[in-house]
Amino acid sequence: MNQRSSNLLDEALGLDQVIEPWPLRGRVVAIEDQVETSGSFVLHHLLKRSLSPNSSNVTIFIAFSQPFSHYDRILRKLGCNLVSQRDNSRFFFFDMLKLQCPDGDEGITPEGGLIALYGKIHKTISALPEISWKNVSIIIDDLSLMEVAANGSSDYVLDFLHYCRTLTSEFDCSLITLNHEDIYSSEDRPTFFIQMEYLADILIKAEPLATGLATDVHGQVPKCYSCFIVG
Amino acid sequence: MVMEDAEAPHHMLLLRNFMAQGLVLGQHLLYSSPARDPRGFLGTLPSPAASKDDKSRERDPDQEKGLRIAWQYKKYFGENQLDGQRDGKHEYSNEFDLRKPLERHFINGPRIDCVSIQDSDLSTLRDRCATFLSQFPRNDGSISCAGRIAIQSFCAPQCAYSNMEWDMLSFIRSLKSMVRSSNSVAIVTFPPSLLSPSFCKRWQHMADTLLSVKAIQDEDKELAQLLTGYQDMVGFLNVHKVARINTQVPVILEATTFSIKLQKRRYLVLECLNQAPVDGSSGTSYGTSGGCSSSSKTGNLDF
Repeated sequence: MNQRSSNLLDEALGLDQVIEPWPLRGRVVAIEDQVETSGSFVLHHLLKRSLSPNSSNVTIFIAFSQPFSHYDRILRKLGCNLVSQRDNSRFFFFDMLKLQCPDGDEGITPEGGLIALYGKIHKTISALPEISWKNVSIIIDDLSLMEVAANGSSDYVLDFLHYCRTLTSEFDCSLITLNHEDIYSSEDRPTFFIQMEYLADILIKAEPLATGLATDVHGQVPKCYSCFIVG
Repeated sequence: MVMEDAEAPHHMLLLRNFMAQGLVLGQHLLYSSPARDPRGFLGTLPSPAASKDDKSRERDPDQEKGLRIAWQYKKYFGENQLDGQRDGKHEYSNEFDLRKPLERHFINGPRIDCVSIQDSDLSTLRDRCATFLSQFPRNDGSISCAGRIAIQSFCAPQCAYSNMEWDMLSFIRSLKSMVRSSNSVAIVTFPPSLLSPSFCKRWQHMADTLLSVKAIQDEDKELAQLLTGYQDMVGFLNVHKVARINTQVPVILEATTFSIKLQKRRYLVLECLNQAPVDGSSGTSYGTSGGCSSSSKTGNLDF
């Protein structure tokens, strides 16, 4: 990869060295932001890196927040054509803007909801050539809207994430999620949020500057690593 | 989305301008409020302010002869096209006269739909919005007509669903999705104090553009010393977030806090406030009340 096109975020995540194998393979990356500072730019950057022309990565993008056209235009400005990537079966876009899971126990039926979504992801990965399994990234934008789609059933969302976590070990793929920290910081028991941070191998936070807004600096991104070695 | 202040209904000033502007431009309007008869509110919508061109006609004719070439083209237009209207259509304007009600023919037209959310459930409201927005599908062609949705005090306690926080979130998500795929814009105002802090944050994240209004206490001597023109201000407007559709570049405004003034008690005016530099060691300065001075530059905030 061209060293000159990398930045500090690439260096921090190990994306500035090699693309094959995908440095985030088998990892869970959690991006957290706030109302004042959106972390979606980190998501777009990782999407662009995962679809680098020098790699054979495949990305499954689960969109609860924006339509395809939004990401397409942003990535075009970053030099990545999502339409052609989709046509080449390197980019799979799951439009979840209108997904609404049925209430109560119906949410766990195979017919709809998060179970069906997981099944769709698993099927998509399984249909890929086996050689591609290790280079799959699953990106979710964003988890708070997934909770809304599940009618507030955070347990369903957590179960879904746990199942996706198994994919990181079964297929060695990476899981990248975006969520809003300030939603949970005011809760008495932010169970969902704590569990999500526990699941993450890499935690990236987008925060506003302590000194307020600036025209040339929009925020700061501290990164936290957590790594558990099981021997 | 606009976060209301329980101490003053300044959000209504914004809604009135928004709704009147849409009707004057020939756009369709769906208005929803907790009132039993929301249509009564339409009678308070303001009329477009008299155009400044009316005053320009009083200029010295000799002075006009000395005008440069570009301005001379004025004489090729008929007199009746200089009053802000062309071919009977109003030009885009943010200036409305709050003391003059909107003409009846704008309010009685078929382009307005009113829904009371006091007795309606969210499914009904969602269906009415869907039906309304189906008139303005987004396609690759030109925009033939556009629609505006104004939902006032969405989580007001009079509403039957006001305790159903997840359902309200679901509605906003659904509305956002429908608006995005149509040629329309929606404004939803809500009182944040009636929501739990966590859900208030969820609503804020839902918004493409997020504003808040705040009342100014009368006879606040401290503010009177800090702000010039304080006596004319009725409140503040804060811009917390600006829509970023099809882009990830944030909009950095010249100012995020505006004073709300009622000029001559009839025109809504928003003026930038410049916040004095804050010592970084004192912690976050965003959203805090620091020393302010009002800008001498008057700018109208595009709505």
